[in-house]
Amino acid sequence: MRVIEISCLEVWKEISNFIDNDVEPELRARMEAHFKVCAHCTAILDGAHNVVKLVTDGVEYKMPDGFSRRLYDKIKDK
Amino acid sequence: MEALNPSLETRESELVQKAGAGCREAFYQLVQPCERVLFASAMAILNNEADAEEAAQEAVLKAFTNISRFRGECKFSTWIIQICINEARTKINKARKYLYESIDEPENGEDGDYFPRDFADWREIPSEALQRKELREALQRAMASLPEKYREVLILRDIQHLSIEETAQVLGIGTGNVKTRLLRARLQMRDALAPGIDGNWSLGRQEYAKVRAW
Repeated sequence: MRVIEISCLEVWKEISNFIDNDVEPELRARMEAHFKVCAHCTAILDGAHNVVKLVTDGVEYKMPDGFSRRLYDKIKDK
Repeated sequence: MEALNPSLETRESELVQKAGAGCREAFYQLVQPCERVLFASAMAILNNEADAEEAAQEAVLKAFTNISRFRGECKFSTWIIQICINEARTKINKARKYLYESIDEPENGEDGDYFPRDFADWREIPSEALQRKELREALQRAMASLPEKYREVLILRDIQHLSIEETAQVLGIGTGNVKTRLLRARLQMRDALAPGIDGNWSLGRQEYAKVRAW
């Protein structure tokens, strides 16, 4: 089956949905074919993938010490 | 909207009923699993621990006062995160009225197309990379440098793992806008981080030699 080409600009627009597995199979096939021949878009894809991994694993909003206790007290005193 | 499984749904509904009758313990049981996401959501907007804690506390008290308005059409967590985000926005808008950003932004209200700043290659994250202080700091700096509307979507989706629909609901925007903002957030983070790590992944690849040092 011949896969219809897709431009870099179109690929960038969908790259986040591609990572989330939220693109139609036909578009996914076109994007995958594009990545095979476009080093620039592959670099963008790999980078965006790594961002998701880094943010998921490495960003932590640690609650300040005593946060839960103070919250509980506020509710109790309401 | 992601549904709770039936037993959890029943449990949540029982706690909501008790909280509605004034039981503070029941209300705290509802709130406790949401503490972290409430704090992170407020931090996404306020970028300050003390302000974020205050916004989360105010949101929780407001939720308790208005628990009778919670009809169970969404998860309790979705409802209370929404209140917290509104609380944080009110707080920041008071501080910086000139930067007011309407939550009634139209579905197609995002800026034009995205163009990558460069094409630095970034195939792999070294397994030990996250242990490095400089990477963690660069990550925090990159997060802080994102526009608020992109940062909040990134935090809700990629850190707190809300679904697209839940994220849209708590932010009061359409799912299309959530996806667009998530794309921008991820690609701006990539622009900020890709040419870094230790700068040596481009060695031997002339075409990706453009590397910015942290």
